[in-house]
Amino acid sequence: MSWITVTTFLPLVGVPVLLLGVRMRDDVARAIGLVVTLAVFIVSLGMLGRFDGSQAGFQLVEQATWVRSLGMQYLVGLDGVGLWMVLLTTFLFPLSVLASWKLEHNVRLFIAAMLVLETGVIGSFVALDLLLFFLFFEAILFPMYLIIGGWGGDRRVYAAVKFFLFTMAGSALLLVAILFLYFRSGSGGLTPTFDVRDLTAVAHALPATTARWLFLAFFVAFAVKVPIFPLHTWLPDAHTEAPTAGSVLLAGVLLKVGAFGLIRFNLALFPEASKYFATFVSVLAVIGIVYGAVVALIQTDLKRLVAYSSVSHLGFVVLGVFAFTTQGFTGGVLQMVNHGLSTGALFLLVGMVYERTHTRRLDEMGGLASVTPWLAGAFLFTAFASAGLPGLNNFVGEFLVVLGSFAANRWFGSIAAVAVVLAAIYLLWSYQRMAYGEVREEHRGLPDLSLREVAILAPILSLLLVFGVYPKLVTDRVELTTDTVLTAVSPDHPVESGPDPGTVAAGVAP
Amino acid sequence: MIRTPALDLFPVLPELILAGAGILALLYQALAPRPKVEGHLALALAGLAAAAGASIALWDRTGDPTVLAGAIQADKFAVVARLVILAVAAVGLLYGAHYYDRSGDEARGEFYPLVLFATMGMTLITAAADLIVTFLALEILSLSLYVLTGLSRRGQATEASMKYFLLGAFSSAFFLYGVAMAYGATGTTRIPAVAHALAGQTGSQALALTAFGFLAIGFGFKVSAVPFHMWTPDVYQGAPTPVTAFMAAATKVAAFGALIRVLDVSFHPLAWSWEPVIWVVAALSVIVGSVLAIAQSDVKRMLAYSSVAHAGFILTGLTSSNQDGIRAALFYLIAYAVMTLGSFGVVMLVSARGEEQTSLASYAGLGRRQPLLAGLMALFLLSLAGIPPTAGFIAKVGVFGAAIRAGHWPLVLIGVLSSVVAAFFYLRVIVLMYMQEPAGEQLEDRAVLPRAALAIPAALTLVLGVFPQIVLGVLDKASVLRW
Repeated sequence: MSWITVTTFLPLVGVPVLLLGVRMRDDVARAIGLVVTLAVFIVSLGMLGRFDGSQAGFQLVEQATWVRSLGMQYLVGLDGVGLWMVLLTTFLFPLSVLASWKLEHNVRLFIAAMLVLETGVIGSFVALDLLLFFLFFEAILFPMYLIIGGWGGDRRVYAAVKFFLFTMAGSALLLVAILFLYFRSGSGGLTPTFDVRDLTAVAHALPATTARWLFLAFFVAFAVKVPIFPLHTWLPDAHTEAPTAGSVLLAGVLLKVGAFGLIRFNLALFPEASKYFATFVSVLAVIGIVYGAVVALIQTDLKRLVAYSSVSHLGFVVLGVFAFTTQGFTGGVLQMVNHGLSTGALFLLVGMVYERTHTRRLDEMGGLASVTPWLAGAFLFTAFASAGLPGLNNFVGEFLVVLGSFAANRWFGSIAAVAVVLAAIYLLWSYQRMAYGEVREEHRGLPDLSLREVAILAPILSLLLVFGVYPKLVTDRVELTTDTVLTAVSPDHPVESGPDPGTVAAGVAP
Repeated sequence: MIRTPALDLFPVLPELILAGAGILALLYQALAPRPKVEGHLALALAGLAAAAGASIALWDRTGDPTVLAGAIQADKFAVVARLVILAVAAVGLLYGAHYYDRSGDEARGEFYPLVLFATMGMTLITAAADLIVTFLALEILSLSLYVLTGLSRRGQATEASMKYFLLGAFSSAFFLYGVAMAYGATGTTRIPAVAHALAGQTGSQALALTAFGFLAIGFGFKVSAVPFHMWTPDVYQGAPTPVTAFMAAATKVAAFGALIRVLDVSFHPLAWSWEPVIWVVAALSVIVGSVLAIAQSDVKRMLAYSSVAHAGFILTGLTSSNQDGIRAALFYLIAYAVMTLGSFGVVMLVSARGEEQTSLASYAGLGRRQPLLAGLMALFLLSLAGIPPTAGFIAKVGVFGAAIRAGHWPLVLIGVLSSVVAAFFYLRVIVLMYMQEPAGEQLEDRAVLPRAALAIPAALTLVLGVFPQIVLGVLDKASVLRW
């Protein structure tokens, strides 16, 4: 069975039905969305079963000629990092559909946009042909743009256009670099190719200066997406204005496409340049970590606060990856998954709070712990996870990142460690302002979690715990990918100079 | 003794059919007691279909590619260009039939023969093997288009027609002067012979380069490349929308078809001299087209500036003077024709009777009022912006690839950055359609037939985006210029 192809294109099955069913009832549209995304999730679990963690290189590869004249292939495959990204995607989509159940207008179109988005995202994670990757990467833009601009908050149009233009401007250079590599691979009478595996050798043979320019072209495209300071300015707007599902998917999945691109392409294709720019990138990452955390501290808008915390958390991912140590790298990858889950959960919760109080302003909330204890409890739990409380998922990732980057550069590690404390402050403080204190008059008698909301939160919150206690679930399948990438970048990276993720978690788990 | 060339008219059969159909259409209008739209449409479409059949029959033609005493080039390139132009003309006719029916104008019987004559000029110019024939064809198509532009009661159309005529006549003069100079430099006006002569020359090539410059001005005007684009927004806006659709799509294919022959055959020996010129014109076109389009408040003007930018993208592909470039340019032309027909088709339906609704503001809330039209427009705009999986994306990859291969990566950089600027104004229309409320009452055109006609460009936009190999495989053969 072509696992990857089915997983990638299964979401599209629902699209024609939704677009053509002009008189479709909203409930039917929602049901279609839920059924399709759940089906995709189940298929992707099958993929997890087929994936062999003890094998290096790309697995479940499928290859077919697509556009012969342009040298384009349909070439997909998975490594450990890609596998977890796909699973994260397929896991978050049904939850996002469920979270948008209350959405009123144009439900059909909304669900259709979600499904197209899912194909685009999965495709970006599995594509092994550079041009195919670019195609999926660009195809993400429009549905996300529609979701933000069509169903977002008051300043949605501004946010949507900003999102679109930032990302597109970033990827413009990417296309030039991809085409350059393609023709480079054809020099010397060879057939030019977009195949990442073949291009690795081609790219490694490039003169250092050329490779560095190409690295920068790739880097800008992905840095916008991650986002890395100072290219992050689109993110708070997009996150804040997007509807709940949009924010969840932006934070949970779309930002990962950027981090994933850095690992898959920047590091693998241009190891020398990656090393050359490592300090530069790490400095930006550290600035992002601290900046995101400090700005989150002063937010009065709950959603914006979570958005800035994303900037901070993604800084950890980049810092870990560019430390070029096993711990740092593993931590970075782990943090990609964890951030998707915990920030995704936070956005879901913010959405639920908003649906009740119709405000995102912290000073207009208060006392929710007594009105809606379960909702507040779930928020507290997620905030703990996000702040890196031992035993919950973010702890392991952040710990490894700090450890790994400390080994590479003492200063970066120390500053990053301080930011972990800042995260605890802004998250707990926001919880305090939201949940404790006077209950506002208009908030009395708000309903607590509904069955649908429990169905959304239960799976994601349990994963926060599972990945906190047993991160080996993730790391086992990522290990070999980590080694492959790191060996290319720095053959002498410190391998066994610290505890492995299993022991980190085991040492502190209750 | 005078030797008469063997008269093989088969290679110009498409043109003969079109001319015949045009004359029949004139007679029908003049002699039929009550000429009907249906009659005109049937006659014209039959003519186009017959011409298409004759073109396809030429595909497998072997033997001497230059026929009719060196006047006509019978190669696969001409076949493909003809077919595209004929298809565009067919859709243009369908639009026009609806448009004139709706506007309540008197039957406008002259529309059909004029389109047929213009089409004939366009197909002829792509097959011309002699600069004199190129000029002749240029005049046939231009004169028909000048009249078509003014074919409406609105004063704006008359003004556009006049402007188009004056500037067009000027550019024709440049072109003719260029032909004369090419003759002076090489002693011939035959496109392949010019190349042979230039390849054999060793002395100064100043005259040949001047000739190229003048010819380039003539073509630059027709393809609306900067700095010869000034007429484009006024004419596109003023002309009746179906005429704009036809003119925008088909003229570009025709003029580029001829330009490719002049660049890559006649002046191929001087490629090192003209590549920088095309480079600069391409860069200026994409920049100026994209930037000025932002400032427009009328959708037809916006699309006009976007067509300037697209001319720049096609020229970007042509900076590589080899088969790659030709193939990329041809694919781009096909994609461009499809997207342009589609978007102007939507514009026609939105603008309603009398064309008062072409301002961008009339697109506000279109997604709510007319979901189908808005969806189609969004598709065409995304394709124009080059977002996958549409034809526009593959087309851009093609031309950028060709240019990078030729080493022109700074030009590609300019191109991709301009596409980002361009994305902004395409997006603005989408924002209006989907994210804003309708402003006041709007006249609505709910005709079914033109909507059905829109299905063709819509389907092609997607098919060319997802399975471009279908067309690229054909273009692999068509992009070999035999001479």
